[in-house]
Amino acid sequence: MDEILQHNQLSIEKSHCGRRGVQFEQTQQHASAYLPQSCLRKTAPNLPELSEFDTVRHFTRLSQLNYSLDGQFYPLGSCTMKYNPKAYDVLSVLPQFAQAHPFAPQSALQGTLRALYELQEGLKAITGLAAFTLQPAAGAHGELTGILTVRAYHESRKDFERCEVIVPDTAHGTNPATANMAGYTVVNIKSGPDGCVDLEALQATLSNKTAAVMLTVPNTVGLFEKNIRQIAELVHKAGALLYMDGANFNALIGLAKPADFGVDVMHLNLHKTFAAPHGGGGPGSGPVGAAAHVAKFLPKPFVVKENGVYKLEADRAESIGKMKAFYGNAAVCLRGLCYLKQFDATTLKTIAEKAILNANYVRAKLKGKFNAFFDTNCMHECVLSIDPHAMNGVHTSDVAKRLLDYGFYAPTIYFPLIVPEAMMIEPTETESKEMLDAFVTALEKIYDEIQTNPELVKAAPHTQCVERIDEVSAARQPNLRW
Amino acid sequence: MYNQENCRFAKTHEWAFAEGDVAVVGISNHAQEEISDIVFVDLPKVGQKTEVGKNCCVVESVKSASEIYAPVSGEIVEVNEALNADPALVNREPHGNGWLFKIKMANPAELDNLLDFNAYQATIAK
Repeated sequence: MDEILQHNQLSIEKSHCGRRGVQFEQTQQHASAYLPQSCLRKTAPNLPELSEFDTVRHFTRLSQLNYSLDGQFYPLGSCTMKYNPKAYDVLSVLPQFAQAHPFAPQSALQGTLRALYELQEGLKAITGLAAFTLQPAAGAHGELTGILTVRAYHESRKDFERCEVIVPDTAHGTNPATANMAGYTVVNIKSGPDGCVDLEALQATLSNKTAAVMLTVPNTVGLFEKNIRQIAELVHKAGALLYMDGANFNALIGLAKPADFGVDVMHLNLHKTFAAPHGGGGPGSGPVGAAAHVAKFLPKPFVVKENGVYKLEADRAESIGKMKAFYGNAAVCLRGLCYLKQFDATTLKTIAEKAILNANYVRAKLKGKFNAFFDTNCMHECVLSIDPHAMNGVHTSDVAKRLLDYGFYAPTIYFPLIVPEAMMIEPTETESKEMLDAFVTALEKIYDEIQTNPELVKAAPHTQCVERIDEVSAARQPNLRW
Repeated sequence: MYNQENCRFAKTHEWAFAEGDVAVVGISNHAQEEISDIVFVDLPKVGQKTEVGKNCCVVESVKSASEIYAPVSGEIVEVNEALNADPALVNREPHGNGWLFKIKMANPAELDNLLDFNAYQATIAK
């Protein structure tokens, strides 16, 4: 049917010479008459020529092919694809916020400044840290901000020998990239057989050259670093700082405060834990918090409140300076504030508990068919591992593609790197038991197919608008022309 | 000439074969199987100095990017330019035309710290 309707054609393939949408008389004259000869191209550009109706149908169809969180379950591990409440969208684009000009006098921006101030205060309260900046535009930008802050801290103490940042192999991939970008040498340490930091390996690597240890908590195998207090103690004893990648804070919100277990600097992702939308290239937000002894090095300006008036305060001599024009992605910050205002402390705790429960529910239901790599209770996400030798040669990528046929978005696969044939599932707290059961049933069906008809799984997907694509050729010989 | 049996192996799946004081370096057949279809090899620079266990090359597949560690210390004296046009050589001939680079060894005795074929096979056996 698709072939008859030519559904999968590109707009350029649907093109007919001379076909146009609306044409106005004034535009009939060629603009080229007004341009110097040297600026004119020799041949006309190869653009699709379509009627307005063809164009509407073309793009409407493409939009219908979109897969989105508002349409279906999105169990993308490490990404916290939770529901983004529509009320936040409405509130954050109120003209009082959306039409505020960044150069307007601060007296005219009191509402926006108050909202940002209250978010700073809220993030301080749930993490226990002394200060928060909302400037960073995304998680990795937050990491860079955090590590530059660490550098400023050491330099202020005339401690110039520290040139290394230790990163466990269960950290987010952005952590070593950040340390490298901030000018540090990255030292990797292997995790122990339990998936957590090996204390002996850490101790052996720490020295007076260590500037910081970057710890993802919970880590990328979905586990809480159970020795976090000892880790913090070892790090501080070596004179280094403990940086926490808080991208996975969804598992801790309301349950634990990073300041209580010795974190010096951390970032949060408002587009994950705090239900702001993410993905699709939209703006993110990666606020960075710091304990009292590091806070003065955070980027300036800060939003402060003096005598009931909110203002941007830049009088901070030891600050690393600005990390972004103006003050962060304000509309994303507003959504984060909505989230914090909607829930009281008890409910926030329930959010983390439900996120953990949902991940463990999926893990436990799949046990025996698809097993977790570390056979232990996990936090907000579970990491499964598939052994192709025991699965009729079926790989994780095949299972992921087959899931598309069942109407589910594929989980994160082949990450984290330390788990062979990894499949990382993060259901989040906003999914119902019925949805989790449907997802588990789909995976159980795929398991049965692997036993009876593995070729079906290896050739998946079968019901999508394109069938199995040749990823190898696409990567080896990328040819984007037609 | 080298083959799977006469190479020395690092536990991190690189192999080395000595031709005088120059070691030819590649990745094992097991490694290329695990990495799967290789789409790009980020080769080191000729003249670059490296040390045992130091990351000096990256092999990218459709699945992941894998760091390659130098099995011996020394200076990179040649890289396998053929991989720029055909990275899949590493999949097809990991112990032949799919070699990665050559190191002029600073300390050839380091080869003795590497595993022989049988010992390496034992480390990857399930």
